[in-house]
Amino acid sequence: MISLKSKDIISILDFTKEEILYILDLSKRMEKEGSSDILKGKVLANLFFEPSTRTRLSFETAMKRLGGEVVGFDELGKTSTVKGESLRDSVKIIEGYCDIIVLRHFLEGASRLTADSVNIPVINAGDGASQHPTQTFVDLYTIKKVKGKLENLSIGFLGDLKYGRTAHSLAYAMANFNAEMYFISPPSLRIPKDYLEELESRNVSYHEVESINEVSSKLDILYCTRIQKERFADPVEYEKVRGIYKLSKSVMDELNVKDDLKILHPLPRVDEMDESLDATSYAVYFQQAHSGIPVMETLLATVLGAIQ
Amino acid sequence: MKKLEVSAIEEGTVIDQIASKSTFKVANILNIQDIDQVVLIGFNLSSKKLGRKGIIKIGGKLLTQEEVNKISLIAPDATVNIIKDSEVVKKFKVAIPDSIEEFLKCFNPNCVSNHQKIQSRFHVINKNPIRIRCHYCERHMGEDDIELV
Repeated sequence: MISLKSKDIISILDFTKEEILYILDLSKRMEKEGSSDILKGKVLANLFFEPSTRTRLSFETAMKRLGGEVVGFDELGKTSTVKGESLRDSVKIIEGYCDIIVLRHFLEGASRLTADSVNIPVINAGDGASQHPTQTFVDLYTIKKVKGKLENLSIGFLGDLKYGRTAHSLAYAMANFNAEMYFISPPSLRIPKDYLEELESRNVSYHEVESINEVSSKLDILYCTRIQKERFADPVEYEKVRGIYKLSKSVMDELNVKDDLKILHPLPRVDEMDESLDATSYAVYFQQAHSGIPVMETLLATVLGAIQ
Repeated sequence: MKKLEVSAIEEGTVIDQIASKSTFKVANILNIQDIDQVVLIGFNLSSKKLGRKGIIKIGGKLLTQEEVNKISLIAPDATVNIIKDSEVVKKFKVAIPDSIEEFLKCFNPNCVSNHQKIQSRFHVINKNPIRIRCHYCERHMGEDDIELV
């Protein structure tokens, strides 16, 4: 029997296919049956060393809907880090105040370091350009809901595949489900070699292309990402690729795509998806955003041992 | 009798079958500049196995496990011979460990291990060719990315 009590949620690589499906099943149950006070008396520490509104609020909402309390901060300037305190010391102290930590940090691997340092569960809400496993569970939940399955899908990843941590995590997750993957990006934003090596070691069939036109007809899912200005050290490099992909209703009308293609995006968007796309049958990104709450409720309740 | 290209030593360690290009990296690992006994280095010697090889002979020294582990990453084909009274009393091939702590630096400048006072840590995912994964940021490193500290 699967039990995820006390498990850290750091990298999607830490989860077996069975554990992923288990979380998705529990999320479906959570969405259907609603919330209760199963986390009453529990305290979540939301430690956001890097700004985020939606992820932080969704965890806060999820915790409160289950009857729990939330403490935390949402910017580096409010922490003892500015006084020179190490991350390990900070989280070891905060561990004494709470039952679970949700962490977002600008350094890659900060969540793993936190998990190694404390004895309570840690959830990675994004660290640097590395992984974002909680968003991945939301993405998988949405894909399963709109396509009715996860197996044998063709999925295109579009945009910033170099720094786009949600794309990295989702590609790893979809490797469990015999997906055919298409990585669509300009050469400067290609998915790093590390991720491709990992996919190769798991016998995933993938293709790298620069234009969506080359592969649009094959796709069941198109996963768009924002080109993240904040990840570019050189603004000139950002300007070179800014707005390189712009999806709109008229673009979709001209592209050769399957009728039941679904477009996901972790949001926020900038100019890669026009609002005219929102009313089309392809767009499921708002549905995806709303799936965040039941999935995060499930993650919190599962690792705290309140449901199984 | 076969003529030695690098003179023999009576006591100490001989590290043989080093890929030629890695010879001086191995010498650096062993801090030979701080050794006050005989050190002999051969470079670009002919080798059936490697084509060109390097060899390092160090009088009066036994390698630590950490030094052997470091050498295994730079020169995975190397053999270590322990010499006593001019005889080889022990011979072994270096072996890449399954995990590596402390003596490597993650090549990812944004990795937490390069910003906090913690030991670096890596998992070996492939031994030939060498590929390792950072325990923290999960980035992969190959032979050319490996930087010893």
